Amino acid sequence: MDKNRNAIEVRRLTRRFGGFVAVSDVSFDVREGEIFGFLGSNGAGKSTTIRMLCGLLAPTSGHATVGGVDVTRDPEGVKRRIGYMSQRFSLYELLTVDQNIRFFGGIYGLDDARLAERRRFVIDMAGLAGREQTLARDLAGGWRQRLALGCAILHEPRILFLDEPTGGVDPLSRRHFWRLIDTLSQSGVTVLVTTHYLDEAERCHRVALIHAGKLAAIGTTTEVKQIFSGRPILEIRTDRPVDAMRILDATSGVEKTSLFGTALHVVLRGRDVTPERLVSPLRAQGIAVESVAEVAPSLEDVFLEVIDRAGGTAA
Amino acid sequence: MRKALAVYRKEWRQILRDRRTLLILVFVPAFFLLLYGYALNWDIRHIALAVEDRDNSPESRALVSAFVNSSYFDQVALIHSPAEAERLLDANEARAVLVIPERFGRDVTNGVSPQVQVLINGDNANTATTVIGYATSIVRGAGVSLRGAPPAGPRLSAEPRIWYNPELRSTLFLVPGLIAYILMITAVISTALSIVKEKEVGTIEQVRMAPIGTFPFVVGKSIPYFLISLTSAALIILAAMALFGLPMRGNWLSLLLALSLFIAGALGTGLLISTAADTQQVAFQAAMLTSFLPTLMLSGFIFPISSMPRALQLITYVVPARYFLVALRGIVLKGTPLWLLAPQMMALTIYALAMLALASVRLAREAR
Ligand SMILES: Nc1ncnc2c1ncn2[C@@H]1O[C@H](COP(=O)(O)OP(=O)(O)O)[C@@H](O)[C@H]1O
Ligand SMILES: [Mg+2]
Repeated sequence: MDKNRNAIEVRRLTRRFGGFVAVSDVSFDVREGEIFGFLGSNGAGKSTTIRMLCGLLAPTSGHATVGGVDVTRDPEGVKRRIGYMSQRFSLYELLTVDQNIRFFGGIYGLDDARLAERRRFVIDMAGLAGREQTLARDLAGGWRQRLALGCAILHEPRILFLDEPTGGVDPLSRRHFWRLIDTLSQSGVTVLVTTHYLDEAERCHRVALIHAGKLAAIGTTTEVKQIFSGRPILEIRTDRPVDAMRILDATSGVEKTSLFGTALHVVLRGRDVTPERLVSPLRAQGIAVESVAEVAPSLEDVFLEVIDRAGGTAA
Repeated sequence: MRKALAVYRKEWRQILRDRRTLLILVFVPAFFLLLYGYALNWDIRHIALAVEDRDNSPESRALVSAFVNSSYFDQVALIHSPAEAERLLDANEARAVLVIPERFGRDVTNGVSPQVQVLINGDNANTATTVIGYATSIVRGAGVSLRGAPPAGPRLSAEPRIWYNPELRSTLFLVPGLIAYILMITAVISTALSIVKEKEVGTIEQVRMAPIGTFPFVVGKSIPYFLISLTSAALIILAAMALFGLPMRGNWLSLLLALSLFIAGALGTGLLISTAADTQQVAFQAAMLTSFLPTLMLSGFIFPISSMPRALQLITYVVPARYFLVALRGIVLKGTPLWLLAPQMMALTIYALAMLALASVRLAREAR
């Protein structure tokens, strides 16, 4: 593994469906062994990008190389080098764990000896020992997910694409799954993973935020949070958050407010705005303020900011 | 090769796990045959016959036995006047009345061409025609055996009309049509649905991400359905032999070839449908329109092609069942040698290749 080499290079990649631009002029690099998170709301264009990178969908314009292979010129070459796990972790429901593994090993052209060895590895990794003869449809979410991952890495790809791999899986299984991804990454596998769980993004080495087909921000999570440099964020807890938002939005020095659960996040235009200046108009309206504190921007703040700048609304 | 084998194995495992579908694929066809076969059969046997024998000679009694022994007619009454005949026909207690004139026995002995009269309830023109057909041939047969020699056996006073099946076995004539129809259902539907199902659950996308070409995928995927359809066809044919006395006058290898070509075309059609349809429902409807209806209506199975309007006749040229029926009837019923069926076999081959090629091209393109 060479941390300075790029496993994936994407240049001005664009895909249209009729008149609709699903992915627009996207460029980025992913380094070898990196866990690269692709974040965006539903319909942002994450899956479409992945499908182009996997050689499944031809780009309308722009190009990309995966493992040094051009996706447009040699999609089959790309397919041999990558592993892919679709957002529905598609397994054959009527086949057993073992039969699913044999099938996917077969279509990747593994010979018997290699298949036997990889089968053992996958069963171990996914914690499926003793369940080899269980039908895939009878497996609980976490196991299905790990089996789908196992089937995607049977042929030991150096690059792995995971499209929303943790959808509909319980938190414990999600954690287990991310440990597996960390292990793969440490062994040098490059992982490009899409998600809309922002907490998962914190586990990525770098992230890219995609909104309405456009790349809106890219970098480590710390880097993308720099978007707020010089604009502190205050978290305010009150008994009437919605009324408070209305008042704060009309207060000078406040750029915007947003609701985070029961708390308010208030983005200030600069450091010169004191918390007192915000709180007094609220108290004047009889709103009880429980706490005020400056917080570090979360990825969710970044996300909302990115959407605002693009002039859109979150889906 | 290894990849095609993986797809093939997987497909079998899925099919075998889904017992119900498998049973439907294999046994429902034979069941269909039973259902249709007996329904058609029942209609033309056991026709209620009233007899007015004015002669009551050994010859006239022999003619009546010939009717009854044919098993197409059941004698339900012996009557003595035209009024009675009319009453029975009107009340639908008899569907046909056989009237034998006084001089029948004497005419037969003297070699004078005797005449008998058959009255038929003409409500249902089709049945009436069939009944006339039966009666005519029984009377002719009886004439021959009574006289011992030609020329002039007894003639019916009714003009014989067209009946396309001189052996009086319309079930047998229909069986090949049923086979074509049933194969079309199992082969087209099972392949189309098996792929569309994979689209619906998303497994096909996972497979497309693998470095497996369209060809190994299509081959691995369709061979199980090919074998199932062939088994199902064999069961139908064996059932038709056991139950309806379907003969096998031709060559088994010719039969296998005709069946294989026809099934290959049907599988190709199923694959092609699966490239266009995204849901099982759409696939089913597409199969109905493009396969079942033409096989039923435009193949010569039920309606003779020669009596269709010109425009429809032209369409029948692209209905594979049209050729298959000719080949199957030829091989099974008449023992026609393969070389005489070369045009039909060619047509079936072209259809199968065209469907498979179109489907492969579309599948390959869809992959991008
Ligand atoms: N085959 C297609 N034809 C037309 N539109 C499509 C197709 N695939 C995706 N889209 C559209 O492109 C947009 C991006 O989709 P997708 O990449 O699946 O989003 P994400 O994975 O980020 O949720 C969506 O609006 C979707 O409707
Ligand atoms: Mg998606």
